[in-house]
Amino acid sequence: MAWARNILRVNLTKGTCANEALNMDWAQKYLGQRGLATKYLVEETDPKVDPLSPDNKMIMATGPLTGTCASTAGRYSVITKGALTGAIACSNSGGFFGNEMKNAGYDMIIFEGKAKKPVYLLVENDNAQLIDASDFWGKSCWDTEEGIKAKHQDSQLRVASIGVSGEVGVKFACVVNDMHRAAGRSGVGTVMGSKNLKAVAIRGSLGVQVEDAEKFLSAVSAGKAVIADNPVTGQGLPAFGTQVLMNVINESGALPTRNHLDSQFSGAGKISAEAMAEAREGDGKSNLLTTAACFGCTIACGRISTIERSHYTVAERPEYQIASGGLEYEAAWALGAATGVEDLDALTFANFICNEQGYDPISFGATVGAAMEMYESGTISDKETGGIELKFGSAKALTELAELTGRGEGFGAEIGLGSKRLCEKYGKPELSMAVKGQEFPAYDARGIQGMGLTYATSNRGACHLRGYTVSSEIFGIPEKTDPTVSDGKAGLVKAFQDATGAVDSSGLCLFTTFAWSLDDIAPQIDAACEGDWTPERLAEVGERVWNLERMYNLQAGFTAADDTLPKRLLKDAAKTGPAEGKVSDLGKMLPEYYDARGWTAEGVPSNKTLERIAL
Amino acid sequence: MKVTVKLFAQLGQYLPPDAQDNQVELDVAAGATPESIFAEFRVPPENCHLVLVNGVYIAPGQRGVHALKDKDALAVWPPIAGGNSR
Repeated sequence: MAWARNILRVNLTKGTCANEALNMDWAQKYLGQRGLATKYLVEETDPKVDPLSPDNKMIMATGPLTGTCASTAGRYSVITKGALTGAIACSNSGGFFGNEMKNAGYDMIIFEGKAKKPVYLLVENDNAQLIDASDFWGKSCWDTEEGIKAKHQDSQLRVASIGVSGEVGVKFACVVNDMHRAAGRSGVGTVMGSKNLKAVAIRGSLGVQVEDAEKFLSAVSAGKAVIADNPVTGQGLPAFGTQVLMNVINESGALPTRNHLDSQFSGAGKISAEAMAEAREGDGKSNLLTTAACFGCTIACGRISTIERSHYTVAERPEYQIASGGLEYEAAWALGAATGVEDLDALTFANFICNEQGYDPISFGATVGAAMEMYESGTISDKETGGIELKFGSAKALTELAELTGRGEGFGAEIGLGSKRLCEKYGKPELSMAVKGQEFPAYDARGIQGMGLTYATSNRGACHLRGYTVSSEIFGIPEKTDPTVSDGKAGLVKAFQDATGAVDSSGLCLFTTFAWSLDDIAPQIDAACEGDWTPERLAEVGERVWNLERMYNLQAGFTAADDTLPKRLLKDAAKTGPAEGKVSDLGKMLPEYYDARGWTAEGVPSNKTLERIAL
Repeated sequence: MKVTVKLFAQLGQYLPPDAQDNQVELDVAAGATPESIFAEFRVPPENCHLVLVNGVYIAPGQRGVHALKDKDALAVWPPIAGGNSR
């Protein structure tokens, strides 16, 4: 129960769609979504495969709770070998697509091979077919979603698609669903584009069954009460969204600024949640129009925003004088602090373009920041940028590059390489602020020590969603730790990583964990699914998933040498704030972490550890 | 002595109307603490969830005794948290 027990396998080379039974033994060990789909990928592909080869596979996966009435239970993930990183990739998205997929009767859709010409997959419960997508190739995610709905005369279809960026090989392309929700990181959309798969459109009406309905409803009600009563999930996130972090992290001295040259940004207040809510001087309206929630969510952290109509980005372009998704904190940081741009409307426009053309604003903004540093230091010039004056703080350079990157044109094609490849191309690899080829999100490893270890060891490259120790180090959830101290962070990072692995495999949103521990989640899974699901068992699932991903990466060719940070964070001390004079203490934390994980000094899971977690 | 008081998110309503960027500079007497500043701005202490002085966390038990110094920056938030979930 809860699981649909059904997989849709789509062979794009042959043009076939076939149902097969879900491996329930694996479901009991890996739960669903991130964990279970990674197990399938590991079993079915060679870890050394070229991410853009037809031999790579791409899996869309729901969790057992996806599509149920549990709070936030609408999540799905895209699992593949990442185009940006060459590492295991798993990008999680909200919106309504995941719920629709589960209600059509599928735990997973496995895509293999490559279509001869562009196609999209149409699923209506047990009827699945591949359809010529020639009309949509070259179109944005927004036009594709609207076009498919119009073509099938069904406004209730849920669509996940790639934009032009995914077609032309931007390395950090997303899969965008419901207009502005995205499986955003690691280039999962690039893999989708390499398969000539433009979109997946789903209509599902089968419902989701649970093991013990009465017990499940009771557990769900209890869980929702905890979320409503928690000040963060019940008040803070609904009112201000994730963007409230901008001033918090800046005051804490951990807001990476201008490609991590600094760790505090003088313009932070101008691009913060508080600024989004203020009336603009020009039209008297605020950037923030309203809030939004994904399927089943009782938190509603999403933001819907507008750009002042006289702003240079939209004054002559009424198609962008709209209300759309954003800004969220990570995107606002990357488009703003990482580039030194403090024009809120310019950031909002760039974020619209990221959603429209389907690419990751974190990697984009961070790569623009790296390019700005190369421009200002004379490594590149107008000759390389095509005449764009690429100085830190230039809103016009940012928005012009957003459009060029979305189409893969001009210097935008080079930004689309990501910072690692771009900086290597111009002989400055040390200026790429990335781990395993993926750019950092919005927390400076010198000011929040646990995040440095989280980044260095993240299986999908630098990421805040693989172990959000910010919860503890800044907010005191579940207990306060000092962000500038490295003692005890190895165990903290492991605990966060393992719990996250379980949540990401369940169908729930990670944001519930500001209020919920595994003690709150386990009763919901236990009531929905057969088998006895305790908090301890969920933590073990999370640890098993983490080690499975690690083994995949090791077999793909990564080593302990890749568990590191750019020299800037290890050698150049923070100049201001509470962490002034400090660098990341990764050298001390990493061996402690390997030990806590039961890995060898070379970062390889020991046989004893693999035996303990039944891997 | 002068301290900068920064009240963020919903706490911005307790700042004077002419405050810019959620902050004001204030003349305070020696011995002022975060809690004495909360009282001066009539901010209910239970709404002061995250309290930083120069970016350093001040635990609830210290907010009535931590003596502010000249040029300190006191920053305060109600209960909030976040990140994105992609």
